[in-house]
Amino acid sequence: MAVLTAPQRKTPAQPPLSGRRGRGPRRNPPLLFAFVLVPMLAEAMWVFWPALQGFYLSLTRWDGVTDPQFVGLDNFREMAGDEVFRSATGHTVLWLVLFGGLSALLGLATALLLQQERRGIGFYRAALFMPVVFSLVATALVWQAIYQPDGVLNQLLESVGLGSLRHAWLADQDTALYAVIVPALWRQIGYVMVLYLAGLKGIDPALYEAAKVDGASAWQRFRHVTLPQLRGVNAVVVSVIIIDSLRSFDVVWALTRGGPYHSSELLSTYMYSTAFQSLRLGYGSALAVVIFLLAFGVICSYLIRAFREAD
Amino acid sequence: MALTPTAPLRKRATTAAFHLSAGSLAALWLFPIALVLVTSFRTFDDIAANGLGSWPRSFSLDNYGQAWVDGGQQQALINSLIVSVPCVLVVLALAAMAAFALSRYELPFRRTMLLLMLGGNLLPPQILLIPVSKLSEMMGIYDKLIALIGVQIGFGVGFYVFVLYGFMRAIPVEIQQAAVVDGAGPWQIFWRIILPLAKPALAALSALSFTWIFNDLLWAITVLRSDSKMPITAALIGLQGQYVSMWNVIAAGSVIAAAPTVAVFLRFQRHFVAGLNLGAVK
Repeated sequence: MAVLTAPQRKTPAQPPLSGRRGRGPRRNPPLLFAFVLVPMLAEAMWVFWPALQGFYLSLTRWDGVTDPQFVGLDNFREMAGDEVFRSATGHTVLWLVLFGGLSALLGLATALLLQQERRGIGFYRAALFMPVVFSLVATALVWQAIYQPDGVLNQLLESVGLGSLRHAWLADQDTALYAVIVPALWRQIGYVMVLYLAGLKGIDPALYEAAKVDGASAWQRFRHVTLPQLRGVNAVVVSVIIIDSLRSFDVVWALTRGGPYHSSELLSTYMYSTAFQSLRLGYGSALAVVIFLLAFGVICSYLIRAFREAD
Repeated sequence: MALTPTAPLRKRATTAAFHLSAGSLAALWLFPIALVLVTSFRTFDDIAANGLGSWPRSFSLDNYGQAWVDGGQQQALINSLIVSVPCVLVVLALAAMAAFALSRYELPFRRTMLLLMLGGNLLPPQILLIPVSKLSEMMGIYDKLIALIGVQIGFGVGFYVFVLYGFMRAIPVEIQQAAVVDGAGPWQIFWRIILPLAKPALAALSALSFTWIFNDLLWAITVLRSDSKMPITAALIGLQGQYVSMWNVIAAGSVIAAAPTVAVFLRFQRHFVAGLNLGAVK
């Protein structure tokens, strides 16, 4: 994102766009309005208008066939007593913390390891972000093979003498959610690593030189030079992770569909199955509104930062 | 440092430690990929007798044939390409146009429009699923690939506009002024000057958007219904249901589904990584 790569691309000498006022073309040819309006219309049709409808539908009871029936906040009241909703919210928060936290930490750790320019570094980096190009569905199936009762994981446990830990990983309510997080992490860490690698590259080496001269240890250099310099990247990574976590769907759907007994249910999968399998479109919309509200703060802070950048 | 005799030794030790840690990390990461590749060439009997985790004792290419023909992966791959390729071309063309107009001219409300478009892309797709499926029904394109193309373009465009805006804004204004003096209109400036200069960003976004659209599951199962229309991701889930515990076929299917994006990645690795950095919002 532009916010992130700014150090490499932005030319500081460039006056901001507003500084050009009066120097640019006076009148705006109609062609330019078409240039903006056509993409705007495409987005309005498939995003803005549906979004407004989505908010309205959350206030209705609707089976998709007869007309939606306005019920006010009933759907949201129903959620208060909905066990599955409560556990799906809990899982979503857990997902945010575990999937989000670990991918940020491990992404940073691998970036620190692989930032040095050494022979073979390209191969190591490529290996780590190769999974980023896989669909989450393919990723999920690969890991399902690992988790099978006769799969690699159990065989591995057996061979190191931990046979008692053998498990039907995805079929057990206690392990299903964690078993789903691992493939998601496997895919996400390489992505976060790429973001941090770019951030680390943008740090002025003179800062490290200066710190070294002052006698800072490796840890002190990391703590007082690297971390503060990565502030911008951290903000991006956190936004990406929260938005990604709330959107997470494919990997859970392909592995467990939220089961067994909703033990790996996230808000996103619960929303999908409520809407398209139980055909409770009003309640499904209300669940989507909850997802939106959870993402709202991140979206706003993201837009505010983008707003500052855009000027 | 270099004068003391222990220095090269210590340096060699850190190098070894680095390659050991980075190497085992890479091995850990590549292991699942290797596993699925190996499994895709084993026979069902071998897996049934020895287990998924055992050393392979057979080799067969039949799994690919089975996934490709009986499993419907051929059609699914075609569907995916029918959706992805035009989507990438159209969405980037539209985004480049909007980004050009917004970044190079003093249009009224340009910043508001830019952020509105980006904001649309940041919305959780869940809020759109039901209305979008109803909208495509209303328009009579439900269960048609064109509906998937439409929603992919509409949902993605805001983000690409934002990225390209940032890129085009950094192009010096003098280049454009020279063209204006020579009598070039906005179309010529766009087509002959800005677009060629934006090529690196466009290449990065093409590689990235191709993998995103190709790998999508959620929009596909929202606007499509029939198996024959499904893209490769949804077909892969179908394959899993159809060939329960026939891991050799499922693995072959996964390899087929991952092959196009891996090919794009290996061919355009540099662009792809650049795109990930540009595209930090997804």
